Amino acid sequence: MTNDEAKPKGSRTTLLAVGTKKGLWLGTSADRSNFTFTGPHFLMHEIPSIGLDTRGGSTRILVGLRSEHWGPTVAHSDDFGATWQEPEKGAITFPEDTGAALERVWQIQPDSEGCPGVVWAGCEPISLWKSTDGGEHFELNRGLWNHPHRTEWGAGFGGAAAHTVLPNPADPNSIHIAMSTGGVYRSTDAGESWEARNKGISAYFMPDPLPEFGQCVHKVARDPNNPDVLYAQNHHGVYRTDDAGDNWISIAEGLPTDFGFTVLTHPSRSGTAWVVPIMADGERIPPQGQLAVHRTDDAGKSWTRLADGLAEPDYNVVLRDAAAVDTAEPAGLYFGTRGGSVYASADEGGHFAEVLSHLPDVLCVRAAAVEL
Amino acid sequence: MVGEVTVLVPRLLQPLVDGREELRFDVGGGASVEELLDAIGSEFPVFERRLRDETGKLRRYVNIYLDGEDVRRLAGLQTNASAGQELMVIQSVAGG
Repeated sequence: MTNDEAKPKGSRTTLLAVGTKKGLWLGTSADRSNFTFTGPHFLMHEIPSIGLDTRGGSTRILVGLRSEHWGPTVAHSDDFGATWQEPEKGAITFPEDTGAALERVWQIQPDSEGCPGVVWAGCEPISLWKSTDGGEHFELNRGLWNHPHRTEWGAGFGGAAAHTVLPNPADPNSIHIAMSTGGVYRSTDAGESWEARNKGISAYFMPDPLPEFGQCVHKVARDPNNPDVLYAQNHHGVYRTDDAGDNWISIAEGLPTDFGFTVLTHPSRSGTAWVVPIMADGERIPPQGQLAVHRTDDAGKSWTRLADGLAEPDYNVVLRDAAAVDTAEPAGLYFGTRGGSVYASADEGGHFAEVLSHLPDVLCVRAAAVEL
Repeated sequence: MVGEVTVLVPRLLQPLVDGREELRFDVGGGASVEELLDAIGSEFPVFERRLRDETGKLRRYVNIYLDGEDVRRLAGLQTNASAGQELMVIQSVAGG
């Protein structure tokens, strides 16, 4: 799989990775508006997770892939997709004593600059994994695997998975994860133990609508400057916590609906977050078929609708990992739909350009500034 | 050839076995399909992981035929394969 045409030589550029139901597309751009893509890589494999590891000045692309026939695995490329490596024994395989088998890799999350080589993975069945060698081999987190709540965790429509992993750049002992269903869990001892942190988050579909755990939290994102501030898009409900998850407050007022899958935070500015509202659990289309991103710049007190450049109408949703920001200033915002459209904005959502069209369902989008 | 079982590799997976269409394994007086897959895993671990998960279970949409018989209808992975027999790996008709 070689295609050098996509690489402007010797330039600082933006890498955009798009994982779909049937393969991976990789794009590069100097201006974040005009992209040159290669793909599909891994044709007929779904790509539910992508990690772009740019620490240390090099770029490693990690992908969780899954074939309906041949199962899940993790591969990585250190040459922008020209070649791919897959560890012989598999990067993520359940230890024999668990009796479990990997179903899908939902999240690949490189840790911070201060933890070089550390990469986290969230998987189905609900499990957390840590790699210390850049994502070539992962170890099962036993604290979560043996958690007493495990038997009561459920499966969302897509499967029972730890789909969000948020290491804390200020404290390597602190990490948040989110699962569907189960909700948010936090460890303050580097993953040795985990506590549910869902106070204030609704689980309207349960007999007790405010349980300790069991929520269907779809996505969580961390503030770039204050790691105790996190934003959550819930299965109905948009929330913020200012105390690392001890308490969550609703910030849904001002949004057209409180349902959705994804939430993003700004790469450098506190108080800015994006969501993509969906009509309702029972009506999974953008409100009135009008796809739009909503941004807050005041930590959820108010929201601004952003739709310039988006197709109208569009009845396709944006899945939990099908959106990303880059690290540039102003931040670039990217997302893909289940209808196969991929949009890019170089101005934090002020204007979008459709950079890919008619792909299979977009499952995962990631972007990063890279040195080619 | 004496004592060997031939494993036919589907085209999609041939890159994982150095491009070969078939593999040959000496089974002596016979070996179970599971033992054959273990032998395959020793030589081509990535290929073997496409067929079985880490618990050793045959993946749901992977079929293995021994001389034309689906091993799931025989003794599963404990089905005995003898010298001269042919093991064919085929993916199910699945997907959309």
